[in-house]
Amino acid sequence: MTIQANLSSEPVLSTRNPSAVLEWLARQAEPVVISLGAILAGLALFSIFIVLVGKSPIDLFKLMYTGGFGSWFSIQNSLSRAAPLLLTGLCVALPARLGLVIIGGEGAVVLGGVAAAAAALPLIGVLPPAIVLVIMAVAGMIMGGIWIGLAGLLRHYRGVNETISSLLLAYIAIALMNHVIEGVLRDPASLNKPSTTPLPADYMLGNIPGMDVNWGLAIGVVACIVSWIIIETTSVGFAARIAGGNVRAAQIQGLPVGQLIVGFTALAGTFAGLAGMVEVAAVQGSANASLAAGYGYTGILVAFLARHNPLAIIPVAILLGGIDASGGLIQRRLGLPDATVLVLQGTLFIVILFCETLYGRFKMFNPDLWKRSA
Amino acid sequence: MEDGIGIWGVPLAILAGAIRVSTPFIFVSLGEAITERSGRINLGLEGTLVFGAMTAYAVAVMSGSPYIGVLAAMATGAIFGLVHGFICKFPKVNDIAIGIAMMQFGLGLAFFLGKPFIQPVAPRLPSISLGGWSDLPQVQSALTINVLFIVGGLLALALWWAFRNTRIGLILRVVGDSSDAARAMGLNPDTVRLLATAAGGALAAIGGAYLSLYYPGSWNEGISSGQGLMAVALVIFARWNPIGCFLAALLFGGAGALGPALQSVGVTQGYYLFYAAPYVLTLAILIATSSPTRALVGAPGALSITK
Repeated sequence: MTIQANLSSEPVLSTRNPSAVLEWLARQAEPVVISLGAILAGLALFSIFIVLVGKSPIDLFKLMYTGGFGSWFSIQNSLSRAAPLLLTGLCVALPARLGLVIIGGEGAVVLGGVAAAAAALPLIGVLPPAIVLVIMAVAGMIMGGIWIGLAGLLRHYRGVNETISSLLLAYIAIALMNHVIEGVLRDPASLNKPSTTPLPADYMLGNIPGMDVNWGLAIGVVACIVSWIIIETTSVGFAARIAGGNVRAAQIQGLPVGQLIVGFTALAGTFAGLAGMVEVAAVQGSANASLAAGYGYTGILVAFLARHNPLAIIPVAILLGGIDASGGLIQRRLGLPDATVLVLQGTLFIVILFCETLYGRFKMFNPDLWKRSA
Repeated sequence: MEDGIGIWGVPLAILAGAIRVSTPFIFVSLGEAITERSGRINLGLEGTLVFGAMTAYAVAVMSGSPYIGVLAAMATGAIFGLVHGFICKFPKVNDIAIGIAMMQFGLGLAFFLGKPFIQPVAPRLPSISLGGWSDLPQVQSALTINVLFIVGGLLALALWWAFRNTRIGLILRVVGDSSDAARAMGLNPDTVRLLATAAGGALAAIGGAYLSLYYPGSWNEGISSGQGLMAVALVIFARWNPIGCFLAALLFGGAGALGPALQSVGVTQGYYLFYAAPYVLTLAILIATSSPTRALVGAPGALSITK
C-alpha cells in the first residue's frame, strides 16, 4: 500500500523573481484551503444530521466552542485531552511518511504505561523523583519502541503486512497488560479495578507552571517539533521520504530501506510508549485498564487529518481535544448523547479523507499549469 | 465438573464456546472475504457490526420480530458498504483510512441512535437443540445451536461454490485480481467493488444482529469486543476461502473459550493470556506463511494490504 508522500521541493525564493513567491504561496495554500473546505463541508453535513434529530446546529456549535475553547478552564481541559493525541498521532504519521499504515499504537501506549509503572516500583524511595520519572520515561519509550518496531521488523524481513500485525500486537498488548495487572504487579489494595501500586504524590509528573495541564502537553509539542525537524531537514528524513514515495527508487539509490523502516516504526512506538508513561505518571498514578482508552485509535485520525505532517498534528490534536472536551456540556445543555462528539469526529474524518481526491485538481494551486493556458 | 464429566468438561466447554462465540466471526469474515476478493479492503466492519447490532435490536423491539430486525440490520449494513464503496472509487482516496473513519462514524451513530434502546427487551432469535440424545445437561446446552450459526455454515459452502462456479463469482475474482483485465473484459471494477462492499456490509451487520439478539442478547455500547476489526485478520488467516473463514471463525471462538473453560476446572494461571490466543495464533501463521519477496498465496492481486 502506498501513501502519497509529500515530496514537494523546497521553495526557491528569489528576490529577482517575484512570481516565484506567488508560486510558492499557491503550492502552500493547497493543503490549507482544501483542509479548511473539508472541515466546513463536514460541519455542514453534521448540521443536517443535528437538524434531523430536532436540535439547532447553531446552539450546538456555540456550546462546542464554549466547552472546548470558551474559557481558560475549557482551554486547559482541551489541551489536557490533546496531549496524548500528539504522541499517538506521531506514532501513525512517522511510519506513514515511509508508506506504512500502523494502526496499533494503542498497544504501545498500554505496554509503555505498564513498563513505566513496573520500572518505578523498585525505585520509589530509593532514588529522587526526577530520576525515577526519567527512568519511567525511558522504560516506556523502549517498550513502545520494541512493540511497534516489531511490526516494522516483520514488515521488512518477513513481508508481514504492518497494518494487520500492529493491530494484532495491540490486542496481544492489552491481554499482556491484563495478565500483569491481575497477577504479579497487582496492588492487593486495588479491589474493583486491578492496578499496579500507585505512585506516591511526590513522584507524579506535575503540571506545567501556571497551568492546570500536565507536562505531557509540552512533551508532545516538543516531540512533534523534533519529528518535523527529523523528517524535513535531516538526510535520514529525506531518505525516508524517498522510500515512502518509491521504494524501488530508494533501493536503487542504495538507501538502507530496511533500517529506515525498522528505525521509523521504532521511533513511532517510542512516542506512543511515552504517551503511556505520561498517562501513568501524570494522570492515573498507576497502570490499569484505563490505559486502553482509545488514544492509539484516535491518533490514527489525528495523523491522517494532519496529512502526516508532524507540525500540523499540533493544531489537529488540539482541535480534536476541544471537540472531545465539549462532549459533557453538549450532553447536559442540549440533552444529546455523549456519542454526538463521535458522530462529528467520524463525519469530519470521512469528509476530510474524501477530499484527498481534490489534490491536484485546482489549477490555481498548480503554477506549472498557469503558463500553459495563459 | 461436579456432574461427573470431569476433565471432559474442558473440550466440551471449548466446543460450546466456539459455536456460541464464532457466529459473528463467521458473518463478518465472509462479508470481508467478498469485499477483499473484489480487490478492496473495508476496515470499517466494526462500525457496521455495531450499527447492525443496534438496528437489529431497535427494530426487533419495535416490530416484535427478531427476523425483521436482522433484515433491517442487513439493509443498514449494505448502506454503510455503499458509502465506503462510493468514496473509495475516487482517486487518491485510501481505502484503509476510509475504513477507520467509517468505523468511528458507525460506532458514534450507533451509540447516538441506540441510547433509547438500552432498557427495552427485544425478542431473541430462536435456537435449535441438537443435544437431545444425551442425558448430560452440559452436552445439551453445548449443542443448542442458533439458526444463524447454521445459516452461516451453509452460506460459507454456498460462497465457496459460487466463487468457482458462477458468473458473479468469476467476475468478482477477475476484478479482484486485475482491474486492467476486468476493464479489458468490459467490466467496471468500481461498480463490482461497490456491490461487493455493500454485500460485505450486509453480512457484517448480521454478525452484529446475532450479538444483540442472541448472545449476549442485549444492546449496550460495549457489545462488540472487536469482532469487526478481527475480520481482516481472519480473512487473511483463511486465505480468502469462505470455508476457511468458517473454520477460522470456529477456531477463534474456541481459542477465546479456552480461558474460561480452563478456569472452570480450576486452572486459573494465565487466564487473561488466553484471550490473546487467537491473536497470537494469527500473527504466528502470518509470520510463518508470509515472504518479503512474494504476495500471500491466494491473495487477490489488486488488494492493497497484501502488497
